[in-house]
Amino acid sequence: MAQMADVHRPPESFKLRLRRYDPESGDAPYWDEHTVALEPHRSVLEAILQARDKSDGSIAIRCSCRQAICGSCGVRINGEPGLACHTHLEDARAGAGADGAIEVEPMGNMPVIKDLIVDMDAVHWKKVRRVTPWLLPSEPAPEREYIVSKESMVDVTQTMACIQCGACVSDCLAMEVDPGFIGPAALAKAYRFVGDPRDQQQRERLLDLAQDPQGIYDCTHCFKCVEACPKDVNPMGQIMRLRRIAGTDQRIVDRNNGERHEAALTTLVRDFGLLHEAELPPRSYGGNSWFGKFHPAAAKELVSLLPTAAKAIGRRKIGVKQALFGHKLAKQDLDAVKRIYEKVESRPERYELNLYVSGVDEEVEPATAAASSEEVAS
Amino acid sequence: MPAHDVLIIGAGLAGQRAALAAAQEGASVAIMSKVHPVRSHSVAAAGGINAAINVTDDWRSHAYDTVKGSDFLGDQDAIEIMCSEAPAEVMHLEHLGVTFHRNERGELDLRAFGGASMKRTAYVADITGQAILHVLYEQLMKHHETVESYEEWFVTSLIQDEEGRCTGAIARDVRTGAIEVFDAKNVILACGGAGQAYKPTTNGLIVTGDGIALAYRIGAPLMDMEMVQYHPTCLVESGILITEGARGEGAHLLNKDGERFMEKSAPNKMELASRDVVSRAEQIEINEGRGVGPRGEGIYLDVTVVPRKRTLEALREIVNLGRDFAGVDITREPITIRPGQHYIMGGVKTDVDGRTPIEGLYAAGEVACVSVHGGNRLGANSLLDTLIFGRRAGEHAARRASTMAMPSAGRARAARDEAMLAGILGREHGGRRVSEIKDELGRTMNEQVAVFRDESGLREALATVTRLREESDSAWVDDRGTVFNQDVLGAMELGFMLDCAEAIVLGAIERKESRGAQYRTDFPERNDEEWLKHIDISRDGDGEPRIGYSPVTITQWQPEERKY
Repeated sequence: MAQMADVHRPPESFKLRLRRYDPESGDAPYWDEHTVALEPHRSVLEAILQARDKSDGSIAIRCSCRQAICGSCGVRINGEPGLACHTHLEDARAGAGADGAIEVEPMGNMPVIKDLIVDMDAVHWKKVRRVTPWLLPSEPAPEREYIVSKESMVDVTQTMACIQCGACVSDCLAMEVDPGFIGPAALAKAYRFVGDPRDQQQRERLLDLAQDPQGIYDCTHCFKCVEACPKDVNPMGQIMRLRRIAGTDQRIVDRNNGERHEAALTTLVRDFGLLHEAELPPRSYGGNSWFGKFHPAAAKELVSLLPTAAKAIGRRKIGVKQALFGHKLAKQDLDAVKRIYEKVESRPERYELNLYVSGVDEEVEPATAAASSEEVAS
Repeated sequence: MPAHDVLIIGAGLAGQRAALAAAQEGASVAIMSKVHPVRSHSVAAAGGINAAINVTDDWRSHAYDTVKGSDFLGDQDAIEIMCSEAPAEVMHLEHLGVTFHRNERGELDLRAFGGASMKRTAYVADITGQAILHVLYEQLMKHHETVESYEEWFVTSLIQDEEGRCTGAIARDVRTGAIEVFDAKNVILACGGAGQAYKPTTNGLIVTGDGIALAYRIGAPLMDMEMVQYHPTCLVESGILITEGARGEGAHLLNKDGERFMEKSAPNKMELASRDVVSRAEQIEINEGRGVGPRGEGIYLDVTVVPRKRTLEALREIVNLGRDFAGVDITREPITIRPGQHYIMGGVKTDVDGRTPIEGLYAAGEVACVSVHGGNRLGANSLLDTLIFGRRAGEHAARRASTMAMPSAGRARAARDEAMLAGILGREHGGRRVSEIKDELGRTMNEQVAVFRDESGLREALATVTRLREESDSAWVDDRGTVFNQDVLGAMELGFMLDCAEAIVLGAIERKESRGAQYRTDFPERNDEEWLKHIDISRDGDGEPRIGYSPVTITQWQPEERKY
């Protein structure tokens, strides 16, 4: 029977260090410390609200549901994005600096309005609006429901579960470099339509997102959004699925050549066990053949890459021999890599990692782990 | 000054549905909310939405279940409208893109829910409210040219003209602190319930009875306010909701002896009796010493009897809630729950088109009392209520707008609200904090106006509410700024909650019987002869509350003894 281990633990003292900013004061942002007494399994949000209720009513934070469903209280806690209501005080303290103070700041990549409140509309919602965020079904609608598979609806429920909190946007590294990047939340929203069999504009949506230089190929696979998401939406995974559908299924060639680049990388790893850097540009343009090297665009790309290659060699990031002939792996290692490819490619259907479909992490089959390692490699 | 045919206050399901319907009718529409629309508390509705869409089902069966669930206090004409229009509304949502889960044939799947005589609850895992709310917001983004959206605007009062008609609202831009006058031919209140008058509650921090109080203050009658629903499965400490979908999927309720005690009070429906019945049964177990947990104040909800794969697919959100907020893996062990404040069946009195007795003022959703829920709301009927009556209010208001000229209140009308806010900001640090008063209010309501009530407890509660209201007049705030001054808005919300609490307690004192969510230990029987009627509470301006009655509409189902 259930143990009530986490209930009725005595309150403990927690030190909060809040990033404050008052736009009316003319002062720069500053740190403001409060000490609260709460049970350790209470949330960071409850601690902030206690500080607000008991000592300073001017602390500003958006919040409502207290149960990680309304998406209001996205913040950075000890430098990591997440929901204040969804982070236990004891966990936050474990991740705090030397003095044990839990640091709470506004999210990144969005302008701060006041204290912990950022302008979601200026960034997050603008990007959501960019992806035509509504269903475009066949018309006229049937008298009753559209008949679609059980699995397809469970599948898109993973992206439907996004609460628009902005945690993934906050720490998206690609967006930090390129603020125009459509970004993880909006692209996950796009998958919600591309993956919905009722939508009739799948190809148009993918063309749009693939050909936009700030679209699906602008993601750099840093996994920050996957870690940040409090709802297991796996935004990067959804972006990769958009790429697979665009490239493999729809054969969409994007302006940045992202799809072929990805395919080249995948086949190179299959053939060499590791990335063969010198082969990447020609294969990206010419496809998976020796003649690809003579593709005019490849030659141009190769020449333009020479300074980069020279720099890499100069800094000893790569040897001349390696650059020209690729890495040599022991045969058994190379065979092991090949076996992963065979296993993944022999599946009748592509296996997509979706927690609503596959359950929880520990239950994921080894084959799925292999499928996701492909994402890691690319 | 902004002026619209239809101004909707609140952007949850009722508000968004009203906005889309009014725009469809060709009206100029504005939707206003103190939070971003997707933060509205509709987002937390988990289990699903009822509709007789199965070919072997009949909307009359749904209507009868609703009437019985309401303990015969619901108005049957309104219930007939809600239940007969439900299938088309669910199909409309499906066509807009709601990702309802399917059966093996690819049709909408249906799950069992409390008080229902068959499976008729359509769902999206256990995030149904979120899925519908987000899909409606997608539609608002699509129709941004026809629906003006004022996000993060806080309404401070409703405007009335000399004839008493409602002609707009005064609101404060939360981001800038600016006060603006919004003229409107019609105003639709769609801003939810008043759960924060209770502590704990399943309701979000934003659910502070704003709309109920705004209408009450301009003389609109409130109906059946004593009918406050306690949901049977809430986490003991935080009040966080565990969806009824868990019991719908087959979970059991157990006391400390491992007994399925629902056998005693609902031998047929067991855990799926209506919510008032289950909450009372739980409270009896707790009161008689058969509760679980260190203080014996809980009950076990055992989800382990549901196949694990099904739980992960269909109840994923509560798997997360159990893990994150109670440290329990519900797929492997029972979780401790208890009844908690969840919903208010009462609200601003309306007809079946959302019209209140104040001309130009409409209400829909939890803020309103049509009444389709009577003494007790069935699970998965609240989403339906918001959508059906949100749409009907939107359509009616749009049609009414086409026949009239735009009113104009004038900029000067804002001065009173500006002065009121300045008054709060200027209070000396002497009295109590807003947060202290709110805390005492919540605890009082949860102790004395809860599952079991009696005259003396209710009288004490009324005295406390009256005292807290006096104290609130001098409650001070720290924040003196204009940008995102949540402190001063919190003081206004406290006033809204106190108004709602006053009406709830007065209604509970007045109704000297036990019906639905109102259980009086001093009047333990239902008394149709004297109390098969609605209690209306109204006041003019700052005047004293007056109590009146209105008849219950009965069409085809005569009151009978209620057994599950």
